[in-house]
Amino acid sequence: MDAFASHYTYWVTVFLMAAGLYIMIARGNLVKKLVGLGIFQTSVYLLYIAPGKLIGGTAPIVAEAYKVYSNPLPHVLILTAIVVGIATLALGLAIVVRIREAYGSIEEDDILALDAEPGKRA
Amino acid sequence: MMAVAVIAIVLQRNLYSVVVLGGVYSFLMATVLVALDAVDVAMTEASVGAGISTVLLLGALHLCGGEEAKPMQRPWVPLAVTLAIVAVLIYGTLGLPAFSDPQAPIHVHVVPRYLSDALVETGIPNVVTAVLASYRGYDTLGETVVVFTAGIGVIALLRSVRRGSKEGS
Amino acid sequence: MRREPVLRVVGKLLIPYMLLFALYVQFHGDFGPGGGFQAGVISAAAIIFYALIFGLPAARRLVPDAVVESMVALGALLYLGVGFAGLVLGGNYLDYFVLDRNSVTGQLRGVFWVELGVLITVSGVMLKVFYIFASRRRPD
Repeated sequence: MDAFASHYTYWVTVFLMAAGLYIMIARGNLVKKLVGLGIFQTSVYLLYIAPGKLIGGTAPIVAEAYKVYSNPLPHVLILTAIVVGIATLALGLAIVVRIREAYGSIEEDDILALDAEPGKRA
Repeated sequence: MMAVAVIAIVLQRNLYSVVVLGGVYSFLMATVLVALDAVDVAMTEASVGAGISTVLLLGALHLCGGEEAKPMQRPWVPLAVTLAIVAVLIYGTLGLPAFSDPQAPIHVHVVPRYLSDALVETGIPNVVTAVLASYRGYDTLGETVVVFTAGIGVIALLRSVRRGSKEGS
Repeated sequence: MRREPVLRVVGKLLIPYMLLFALYVQFHGDFGPGGGFQAGVISAAAIIFYALIFGLPAARRLVPDAVVESMVALGALLYLGVGFAGLVLGGNYLDYFVLDRNSVTGQLRGVFWVELGVLITVSGVMLKVFYIFASRRRPD
């Protein structure tokens, strides 16, 4: 039981990661895959930030009243990761829009079927 | 509650509600991040994940159609693969340090120096901004260039060419 | 949506405060949570809000395409320029302490310009991507 209380955050992370991964591999709609990628990315943010928290600490903004601070290094890395994630999302959505204009559908099965027929692509 | 939002996202087929649920999930994640003392990250996650992400996804859905097709075969293989990965990951996380352990490796190497010297060397009380902009300025430069690259990538992919009028205006 | 009086009035009340809040977040990133990225996203959201209520052509008159496209590149150039300033004034690339005689003031100056560069690029990119998605015709 002690292992449960001290590792609970990791298991929440693993659950969210599994949900994101399931959406990405089991669903064929391209936009939904991108949403699943976003969920996967937020689970990784939790994986990095949860170990940095110190119970009884405060946000890492230096002030005289506080002695214990939570770890600022994961915050820095995850700030970069969030911004890179939105950049990936924007570019991915641009590609999805182009695929829709070229194939007429954003379902993975339809696109593969259209690609398999010789000479049918728009 | 995040688990409920995520499971609803998995099962929902109307993509507009998936996008709204994604916004809800982002706000819940931002609340959890505030509880974990990550205030900078929570503000970024709330504004980027629940704000701009929702806008961009709705813009793309307007262009692509908002309904997901019913999956043709039952997804037993992806479910089995996901459960296998979950089992391996849970086994792996048992070796990681416990929650809020002050002796964990994350707290003992370079971070005490950042916490004690950031205000003295850079004059900035917010240690996250000091590390982001000054101690690790190269990473932030790379990140800015990534955002720039995504911007010009979208412009290059979706530059509109109107027939018979000026291009890209 | 431009005809709805409630949306117009609320929009005209909220949008200046949103832009002001973006600037507050940008400049108080030293003392509290904030910084360039959050401020860039909030200011882009303010203009997107304006575009949603008053129409995309009105937003394009307010912030033209040429301005947004140059903002995208200008921020990254500003960041790189601060690095070169460190090189020219005697230190390594992206050294801030050489930017002023007092090294702490140099650090503050460097962080100010760097965060400004980040703000310009992020808000430019978010706004440009919105413009592109909103003005594209549906492929029917």
